[in-house]
Amino acid sequence: MKSVLDASEAAALLEASIAGTLPDERGRFGPFGGRYVPETLVPAFERLEKGIALHLHSEDFQSEFRSELRTWVGRPTALTFAPRLSARWGAQVWLKREDLAHTGAHKINNAIGQAILAKRLGAKRIIAETGAGQHGVASAAACARVGLPCRVYMGAVDIERQAPNVDRMLRLGAEVFPVESGDKTLRAAIDEALREWVTDPAGTYYLIGSAVGAHPYPYLVRELQSVIGREARAQMLELAGGLPDAAFACVGGGSNAIGLFYPLLGDRDIELIGVEAGGTGGGLGQNAATLATGTPGVLQGSYSIILQDENGNVQETHSISAGLDYSGVGPEHALLQAVGRVTYVAASDQEALDALEELCETEGILTALETAHAYASAKKWAKENPGKRILIGNSGRGDKDMPTLTQYPARTNTNAAA
Amino acid sequence: MQPHERIGEAIAAANKEGRTGLVPFITAGYPDPDAFIDTLRAVATVGDVVELGVPFSDPMADGMTIQRSSFTAIENGVTLKWIFDQLAAAEAIDAPLVMMSYLNPLMSFGYDNLAVRARETGVCAFIVPDLPFEESAEIRGALDNEGVGLIQLVTPATPDDRLKTLANASKGFLYAVTITGITGGGAGLPGDLSEYLDKVKSVSPLPVCAGFGIRSSADVINVGKHVSGAIVGSALVEVLERGEDPAAYLQGLR
Repeated sequence: MKSVLDASEAAALLEASIAGTLPDERGRFGPFGGRYVPETLVPAFERLEKGIALHLHSEDFQSEFRSELRTWVGRPTALTFAPRLSARWGAQVWLKREDLAHTGAHKINNAIGQAILAKRLGAKRIIAETGAGQHGVASAAACARVGLPCRVYMGAVDIERQAPNVDRMLRLGAEVFPVESGDKTLRAAIDEALREWVTDPAGTYYLIGSAVGAHPYPYLVRELQSVIGREARAQMLELAGGLPDAAFACVGGGSNAIGLFYPLLGDRDIELIGVEAGGTGGGLGQNAATLATGTPGVLQGSYSIILQDENGNVQETHSISAGLDYSGVGPEHALLQAVGRVTYVAASDQEALDALEELCETEGILTALETAHAYASAKKWAKENPGKRILIGNSGRGDKDMPTLTQYPARTNTNAAA
Repeated sequence: MQPHERIGEAIAAANKEGRTGLVPFITAGYPDPDAFIDTLRAVATVGDVVELGVPFSDPMADGMTIQRSSFTAIENGVTLKWIFDQLAAAEAIDAPLVMMSYLNPLMSFGYDNLAVRARETGVCAFIVPDLPFEESAEIRGALDNEGVGLIQLVTPATPDDRLKTLANASKGFLYAVTITGITGGGAGLPGDLSEYLDKVKSVSPLPVCAGFGIRSSADVINVGKHVSGAIVGSALVEVLERGEDPAAYLQGLR
């Protein structure tokens, strides 16, 4: 299948992206996207698509969603100026504080939106997958809020490295189902959630956590997460005196990035940069830099860019951050790369750790390891482009990463020394 | 005769002998890649059509048994190209072959090349469990050029109008999934399949083969009352996993 666009196709698809007419009626973002699912799930996807068309943009749904975002999630989240980081980088750095949202990350925007939708569609129970555990926690909380039982599929490897989040899910009333098959991380958890859904497509709602999977999920998740970019855009105009020159977001499946970028696509002077996990190196299996190094293929329901070998088997990935440790990426990101609107780069494990530490020292914010990747690349960009205004999507907080971070002792307290 | 027509003919021949067509499934190269052709030949002596699984890293429609066999086969170096090379080097297998593969390995191989190599090696049709009909035009076009079929699956969840579309689009046989679920479920066949299987049969211009949850001769007899063939997958892979004789097991099902 085609994945390279000629100049006129790319230009037309960029205009369609900005105009908001994608995905098309077949669930395509240009060549990417679509719906590659087992026949058993086709009717369930069709019902979901109809349900979204009926509810998502209805005033009734939107007013409940807005109210929950305001009074339960705690939106709008703050836009924070980072003066000490700005001084170090030689830039004006602004942070969109999704870490301040309920449960500690942007994931809650999507989880509560889909939970409200599931309730309206008459679902009896909700299943979800999780990598870092943030979507699992958000789903557990959202399900408790709307009164639906919740089971979260989580890879055994992730259960180990994100133990605090496992306990949070259990306390929020969710069942955590350990996935021992495949790579035992996010990809295996999605496979297992899909298998569960196949056994009960009518009564179960699958609450997917990122802008990935078969149509209409990438669209649905983008619509629910775009609140990030809409708020950030208005706050930049109000507080920063203008739109940013560049905006950065980390990309695993790409939900926080599409949420931040989508409302900014039409502001063509803003350079948009997605940051993937560069892991420990450039070799296959050493990173999760899907868009930077992957090739087109079908994984978990959509045609996008994936990390695969020459036989079409999906490759295992490595990242210090569980939330970026994924071999695929949302199809809309594949298009935004193909049309040249968003640039995708990678930051390594070590760069992310250094960035996390620098943000702690300068601004008193412990960011998530996922999010730290965005800081690492923003810093490099700031050094190459001095004096610019930069917006960083601070997608989540790092408390969940303490089990990982304790393996990397903190430096001497530089604030006390100074 | 087109390659995909060999499948219906083989099933019809079994039915003419008063038997339900038997379609055994094996994961190619499992458990031992060196024994692949011997295992296939043994299975083909009893099976009327043989379904060959191409191992894939993300078998999302399969239960633990086929997942395990798939991961083991990948570790042992089994790939689509390897399977074609083995088939090409061997003497022709008597039974028509159907290849079961998730879409990505096929896309990675290239559809035109896939269709040619399939025809050359006795692969008469494909089953692609993560490819709904709506997304299948490109690969169907390529397979059609070589007379190779794309078998459609229907399930108890398939609405009636969709069932007709899929039945008319299928080439080889029509695959009636017996359960709403993944392969290798422990629960076996649902209690009453009559209504569902009779409905599928009534709309299908091709022989209908039922699969998922078929483990015993009683199961084969049960579905055989309604449709032309029975597909045996996970139960046979378990036999291979235990190192037992697949042909003897399949004889017991006939």
